[in-house]
Amino acid sequence: MMSGLIAWFTQVAAVTRFNLLTLPQRVGSSVSAIFGITGVVAVMVGVLSIAQGILHTMQSSASPLNAIVLRSGANTEMMSGLDGESVKIIAQAPGIARNEKGALASPELFVILNLPKRSTGTEANVPLRGVRENAVTVRDAFRISSGRMFEWGTNEAIVGRGASLEFSGLELGSSVPVGSEKWPVVGIFDAAGGLAESEIWVDAAVLQPAFRRGNSYQAVYAKLESRDAFTAFKDALTADPKLNVKPLREAEYYDSQATTLYNLITGLGTLIAVIMGLGATFGALNTMYTSVAARGREIATLRALGFRTVPVILSVLFESLLLALIGGIIGAGLAWWAFDGFRAATLNWASFSQIAFAFEVTPALLVQGITFALLIGLVGGLLPAIRAARQPVATALREL
Amino acid sequence: MKYFYLVWSNLRRRKLRSLLTVLSILVAFMLFGYLSAIRQGFNQGVSVAGANRLVVRHKVSLIQLLPESYQARMERIPGVNSAVHATWFGGVYQKPSNFFAQMPVQPEQYLDMYPEYVLPAEQRAAWLATRSGAIAGKVLADRFGWKIGDRIPINATIWFKKDGGATWEFDLVGIYTGAEKNTDTSGFFFRYDFFEETRQRGSGLVGWYTVRISDPAHAAETAAAIDKEFANSPAETKTEPEGAFIQGFANQVGNIGQIMMSIVAAVFFTILLVAGNTMAYSVRERTNELAVLKAMGFSDHKVLGLVLGESMLLTCLGGGLGLVLAWLLISLGDPTRGSLPVFFFPVREMIIGVGLVLGMGLIAGILPALRAQHLQIADALRR
Repeated sequence: MMSGLIAWFTQVAAVTRFNLLTLPQRVGSSVSAIFGITGVVAVMVGVLSIAQGILHTMQSSASPLNAIVLRSGANTEMMSGLDGESVKIIAQAPGIARNEKGALASPELFVILNLPKRSTGTEANVPLRGVRENAVTVRDAFRISSGRMFEWGTNEAIVGRGASLEFSGLELGSSVPVGSEKWPVVGIFDAAGGLAESEIWVDAAVLQPAFRRGNSYQAVYAKLESRDAFTAFKDALTADPKLNVKPLREAEYYDSQATTLYNLITGLGTLIAVIMGLGATFGALNTMYTSVAARGREIATLRALGFRTVPVILSVLFESLLLALIGGIIGAGLAWWAFDGFRAATLNWASFSQIAFAFEVTPALLVQGITFALLIGLVGGLLPAIRAARQPVATALREL
Repeated sequence: MKYFYLVWSNLRRRKLRSLLTVLSILVAFMLFGYLSAIRQGFNQGVSVAGANRLVVRHKVSLIQLLPESYQARMERIPGVNSAVHATWFGGVYQKPSNFFAQMPVQPEQYLDMYPEYVLPAEQRAAWLATRSGAIAGKVLADRFGWKIGDRIPINATIWFKKDGGATWEFDLVGIYTGAEKNTDTSGFFFRYDFFEETRQRGSGLVGWYTVRISDPAHAAETAAAIDKEFANSPAETKTEPEGAFIQGFANQVGNIGQIMMSIVAAVFFTILLVAGNTMAYSVRERTNELAVLKAMGFSDHKVLGLVLGESMLLTCLGGGLGLVLAWLLISLGDPTRGSLPVFFFPVREMIIGVGLVLGMGLIAGILPALRAQHLQIADALRR
């Protein structure tokens, strides 16, 4: 029994070694199979890294302690509206964390401004946020990376890192055209890669008259005492007859903002990858059939010598999996090299404004790409392997 | 033509290999066709925009509203025939993912401005007679299975009713179709007078204007005249041709679309290379036979033609079937079930596809064919 098993493994190893040693004779077709799989994996990982980048931007915007309050019925800040009175009531709700200056609630305005994109020179809806002092306190990740914070009460602006890279005229020292006015950019800020980095920030007290918003805001961001405080916070607000609002956890809100875009890109990416994968599988099948046909006599000789069916099948499968693995690794590497960290901006229909983000090739995506390559290798190798093992020895030996 | 049988027999000799090659080419062209339809869906409108229409919006951004009074002022500007306004309603039908555009408009003027929206006369009359009436495009009506007479509730997200309510109910009195196959019929229009009397705030304000001009050759001058009329007012305007306005949205989606297309081009190239290599291989395998053909008296040119013909036949089969299959898939309907305003296989892309098929047959076949042409009989037979 034991010796049988060892003999079996020896057979597998022998046939496999023999296969791999003859690989250089089939360079052309092997390289073309590898090339095909490389293309599929690179594309798949590349497209999915776009979706991943968007998702990451949204998720790193959310803090587990934070809540956002919108007018009920509104799905985005853009559509929401809260008058000054409601904002005051919201700030007094239970569950909000406090510091020496009072409750950590940040009422904010959210509008868009048409500014040209750096890459194309065409206009885009750049988000513009009007904030009060607490905006910085509720966002833990906020940090001025160059320049300084704007002076309260002036028309100075600070710009997120992504927005500054993607849209022209938003560098430190330039000025933002708002109608007939020009607002100087005095600082660039980071927000751990979050959505805020796509935005321009100014004092809400300056933005309100400029966009004729009176004393109204669009959303209130609040830092809560603890994660569990959200329920009490939400209940208090929804039960208040003077209010007509919808409190959400930040994570929940940003998820809903990203879903459409994420699903669209992931769906399209997967569709393309599957169709491409089909094409590459045909290519791999061709290569392996050619490879098996070219060695028909050798394989038949081995079998005449007493080699069993399964080792022959395994050796062919091994060859195709190896080719697929090489293709997969090159493809994944290529995608990582070309796309990881690549910056872009697109219109998020959910908020009707631009979102600046970086492509993100995660380890999980790399694994996914290589797994897909191996799947192509498996399918592409299985049928030729069976044919190699099935062909009658006598016929094969007589061939050519 | 008399050599067709010879070419065909060569392909049939390794049936499986030929089949697999045809299939991989088929996949590439199917992808090409399908993606051109998707891209057309994203970019639609640019090609159908009226050359004699301008769009006027608030200078700062589209979300800033303009006074209703601008309509009359615009119509007095020389070169302007008529002006209509529309406003973004942004409501939700059942759930947020059921996204489509809803806009309050002045029925008669709006339909006159957009003759490509075709509404039967009796439905038009019904809309003019029903204050809460609305019309929907054919694509939209099919998407939700709406029929004339249905009552359609839409939840406001921006525009609440005077009583504070969020649910607006509209009576569907008409379903419009497109005059051309690339007309966007995914919109939902209701009456501005109903909107104006029902909305809680923003009375007298509208989203943007569409202006018909008398002479498209003077579009730039007319646009400048409109912007000048409202310069230094609290609501300054930006006027641009309708095509540029729609293109602006496509540009906003921006480099994503561009990245997608270049990725697809790369992949297309990959598959073609793989298929081309297979063909080269199958010719190399038959070096001997080609030499025999030459020894029998086939001229160098004929051998070249035979090999090239084989590669052409293979790609035409694969590419042709791929394009047909893409066309069939596209006519089944759009994958997002109605989110793309139009979804069809554009004729221009079809022609490009056919060109690509021929080009690929040529490129994949030319090297092996040249090699076959220059084959020395004695050398080849000895191999």
